[in-house]
Amino acid sequence: MSNTKPIAMRDALIERIWVKMKNNKNIFFVSADFGSPVLDKIRNDFPNQFVNVGVAEQNLINVSVGLALEGYIVFVYAIAPFIPMRCYEQIRVNIALLSEVRPMNINLIAVGAGVSYAISGPTHQCYEDISLMRALPNLTILSPSDHIVSKCMFDYCVNNKKPKYIRLDVQPLPVLYDKYAVDIEDGFYEYFSQDGGTCFISTGYMTHTALKVSQKLTNKVTVIDIFNLTGFSYEKLKKILSLYSRVITFEEGFYGRGGLDSIIFNMLLNENTKVFNIGVKPKYTFKIGNRSELHEEVGISIGAILEKIKSNFKEVI
Amino acid sequence: MKNIDFDFLRNKSVQVWRETLKIHKNATETRIASSVSPIEIFVVLYYGKLLNYYPEDRYNKLRDRFVISKGHGSISMYPILSDLGFFNKLELDKICKFGGILGGIPDPTVPGYETINGSLGHGLGVASGMALGLKRSNNNSNVFVLTGDGELHEGSNWEAIMFASHHKLDNMNLIIDNNKACMLGHTINVLSNGDLVERFSSFGWGCYTADGHNVEELHHSILEMKNTRKEKPKVLIADTIKGKGLPGIENEPLAHIMNPSHDLINSILK
Repeated sequence: MSNTKPIAMRDALIERIWVKMKNNKNIFFVSADFGSPVLDKIRNDFPNQFVNVGVAEQNLINVSVGLALEGYIVFVYAIAPFIPMRCYEQIRVNIALLSEVRPMNINLIAVGAGVSYAISGPTHQCYEDISLMRALPNLTILSPSDHIVSKCMFDYCVNNKKPKYIRLDVQPLPVLYDKYAVDIEDGFYEYFSQDGGTCFISTGYMTHTALKVSQKLTNKVTVIDIFNLTGFSYEKLKKILSLYSRVITFEEGFYGRGGLDSIIFNMLLNENTKVFNIGVKPKYTFKIGNRSELHEEVGISIGAILEKIKSNFKEVI
Repeated sequence: MKNIDFDFLRNKSVQVWRETLKIHKNATETRIASSVSPIEIFVVLYYGKLLNYYPEDRYNKLRDRFVISKGHGSISMYPILSDLGFFNKLELDKICKFGGILGGIPDPTVPGYETINGSLGHGLGVASGMALGLKRSNNNSNVFVLTGDGELHEGSNWEAIMFASHHKLDNMNLIIDNNKACMLGHTINVLSNGDLVERFSSFGWGCYTADGHNVEELHHSILEMKNTRKEKPKVLIADTIKGKGLPGIENEPLAHIMNPSHDLINSILK
């Protein structure tokens, strides 16, 4: 943990975009009527590099693709569940498919990963995005766990002319990194590295949960935060995970539906390491509550996870 | 009209129509009825000095962007693009065959095509982004889009239609191949587009109309549309006939899914 004051992931990333827009007239920001105080600076200072398409996600994607084809580095901004779901075919056809022939630098910034928008209910909660975006070739999925990682993603986005899906938390989360520790190409970071035993692997908000759970266990476990879910150093991570007898995945999304658990299951298919997945039971809930209460409800609170670990793997406790 | 040989355009249209029929004979999976309705539109754009294109340098910045959103109904572009040197004419013999580049629905691997087409309702939005990008970078190239009228059922078009007028994209030139039929019938019976001029006008677009099979009328309207830049996107509603010239198919409600027999094609092409 760092002493840096946490800010929202989107503010960290957008601030960086704003700073770079001053000297880079090739950056374009497209919003579907979705804002943030930092975005106001872009709207005011660079009106020629900004457009609000209104409440129209299909057009958000299509217009952004048109801009990217004209050579702009495009940042596309909307609420997480709306980006992958309202305009899935636009992303499939005009981004995943078209980029196979026509390279484009398009960066979908989706705010509201997991249950970030707790009070807004199931339409605004997002349990499916990793699976949906993973199904499409040519998309890199980025999933930061704090605003430092989110900020570091800017250079990666600008320097890699390909489509990316960036899932951000709404809330400012405690800071885990200093910027020198973040390597987006590597795509993951290993806490308390050790050989053998148990390793937790988590993404986004759940890295904070994984770290807290690890602190409540008598035996030491490794925690790996993965923030590049498709473009990470595959062989390197595989080698590390293969050293453990057990890997437990943590995600704030449906388990068994192609999310983080699927990435790890597939990676370790032919290894001796056993994989166990912790996530949200694939069922929608209309229960009202804050994030902790909802995590309790769907079985991914610290307490619920400790219970699961206790009942399944006594030796870990 | 100076320098434009309309007899040439008429003859070229007939030639393209015949070549399109030949293509269909060899690849019956292709959509013939919706591919013959925009032939004169394509011919006038490419041979009538309306469209700026660079076969040797397909993504030249100065080209006019032409997005053929109704991709499935544009196999008639194949003979045109090969004639103009976008790709080798031998490709025409390999349509829909493994190893060829020309499929049943043209895609951007085909030189001359900008985007993915055929999944309907995508072209106009992507083209709006291009038009905005061109304006913001002070590039004077034009953006042309071809949609069908059935395609206007897709709501994504109307998001783009609102967007283009709000942002005064007067470099945008939409041409509607108004053949008045979708797959299972005439649009007026399936889902009516109402009065398209009235509809587009109310959305803030400048509207033009033409007989979509009359090369002089088409040329006149497209030239005027292209040269008008008055802070409004523009649309030409080109009145066409689905399956034009194909006995038993022309303007039939189910023309989209009807194929002329080999015997009929042979007798026509004799």
